[in-house]
Amino acid sequence: MKLYEMTLKEASEKIKKQEITALELTQSILDRIKEVEPKVDSYITITEEEALNRAKEIDEKIKAGEEVSVLAGIPMAVKDNICTDGVKTTCASKMLENFVPPYDATVVKKLNAAGAIMVGKTNMDEFAMGSSTENSYLKKTKNPWDLNKVPGGSSGGSAAAVAAGQAFYALGSDTGGSVKQPAALTGLVGLRPTYGRISRYGLIAFGSSLDQVGIFTKDVTDCAIVLRELAGKDKMDGTSAEVEVADYEKHLDKDMSNIKIGIPKEYFVEGIDADVKKAVLDGVEKLKELGATVKEVSLPHTDSAIATYYVLAPSEASSNLARFDGIRYGYRAEGYDSLEGLYTKTRTEGFGDEVKRRIMIGTYALSAGYYDAYYKKALKVRTLIKKDFVDAFEDVDVIIAPTAPNVAFNIGEKTSDPMAMYMEDACTIPSCLAGVPGMSIPCGFKDGLPIGMQIIGNYFDEATMLKVAHAFESVTEFKDQRAKL
Amino acid sequence: MLDKDTVKHVAKLSRLEIKEDEFETVSKKMGDILSYIEKLQGVDTENTDITYNPINLVNQFRTDEVRESLEVKKVLQNAPEKEMGCFKVPKVLD
Repeated sequence: MKLYEMTLKEASEKIKKQEITALELTQSILDRIKEVEPKVDSYITITEEEALNRAKEIDEKIKAGEEVSVLAGIPMAVKDNICTDGVKTTCASKMLENFVPPYDATVVKKLNAAGAIMVGKTNMDEFAMGSSTENSYLKKTKNPWDLNKVPGGSSGGSAAAVAAGQAFYALGSDTGGSVKQPAALTGLVGLRPTYGRISRYGLIAFGSSLDQVGIFTKDVTDCAIVLRELAGKDKMDGTSAEVEVADYEKHLDKDMSNIKIGIPKEYFVEGIDADVKKAVLDGVEKLKELGATVKEVSLPHTDSAIATYYVLAPSEASSNLARFDGIRYGYRAEGYDSLEGLYTKTRTEGFGDEVKRRIMIGTYALSAGYYDAYYKKALKVRTLIKKDFVDAFEDVDVIIAPTAPNVAFNIGEKTSDPMAMYMEDACTIPSCLAGVPGMSIPCGFKDGLPIGMQIIGNYFDEATMLKVAHAFESVTEFKDQRAKL
Repeated sequence: MLDKDTVKHVAKLSRLEIKEDEFETVSKKMGDILSYIEKLQGVDTENTDITYNPINLVNQFRTDEVRESLEVKKVLQNAPEKEMGCFKVPKVLD
């Protein structure tokens, strides 16, 4: 087995036993990046020199007998909308093409403190708006399982990097499914925590009441390890929650005898590919064999979720993206004749089509005369969607559904039709609006492309969600399959 | 389809410019999205409260104490134009 093929945990054990050095491990990832990056295009920035220097520091600490974290010396990648002090953070936008943050996001600070080694910043849909990573201003990332297919979005670069062995794990961000959906399309474990579980400080805002930092890993154990490091209250983020963080790895076992699984009938209807449906339901059968109880549940407002999301997320985006005015940071147009002219020309040239479209939809929904009919109405429907989940979790511990309606689609297939692209997130959006945690794990293949099973947990109960995912993973072999590049 | 005046008005509010040859595409795509969103009107929300935030957050306060701020150099490092420790903007007063 090549070094880059290991899981985070396997690599960490070898480093701690001094069977390999952090430098060797980092070099193996950098070599892998050199080998496959021309095909996959996962990264916007590669931080080779900094990574090698940090690896040497970690090796010295280990040699000196210092106690180090499980993440120490392990190469990882960060989505390019998460601020990194001194390293370009572009949001894959012309607007921020040369932006160098003067501070680290809290998640980056935590990983640095744990000795993690960042090898680069990954490609994404511009300002995290999209479901295929085709909206990037800088490059198009390909799916490592089939280079003609999209890796999903908006965290497609992070997903492709892990799936191609270019990082042991990666951070993404999830507003309406931008971690879970690309994880499904690239055969990874992808977790979006409860809203408030992980600090958003330093994550460049898109839809503030929805955005969450998420995690991509090769297996569930790795995911539990990274979540433990990132979770917790942050005084820099007023929306982060003061809720106890468990040692998630310790909760992983195969005993499903006390677990009640809910199957939402609204997620297995028309529009879901028959093979995807079958793979997910076969997965549920496996969990049943391990002792879980399964019952049908109903989330009656599922059908309203996409419409609700496409009012609320753009409304919040129109407000959040007002800060990009060409004054304090980012792109500035030339040839304006007034302050307002500067704003307008800068924003018109700096933002891509999808970002402009969402800003305008949001501005429309918030404008006089439409506020009640769109924005206020969507906030009320959000209450009903949330109530659906609260009611369902009275009876079950987790809810299982498909993550995406289909396997990865062709590059260019949906770019001219925004509504077709929005439907890609039909299965992930409802739980994001409700704020409950969710994850995707691989549960099958169709035509050589991975299928994702979505496990949705109750508020702040990531432990049970991870336990169910781990039980499934222990009796199947999907996690051991790797994209051949 | 959204009418041209509405698209123009929304673009102005958004500080964006729509070029003459883009109006048709922009209004069609926005129109498609807005007509999909119309389906929310069919949901019964009488006596339903609004949810701004999924975990019912309350205001967060911190003590009013002096803290270290970023250095001026760092604050200005990304500014497209700067002068004498300030961000430079076009003239706004005659």
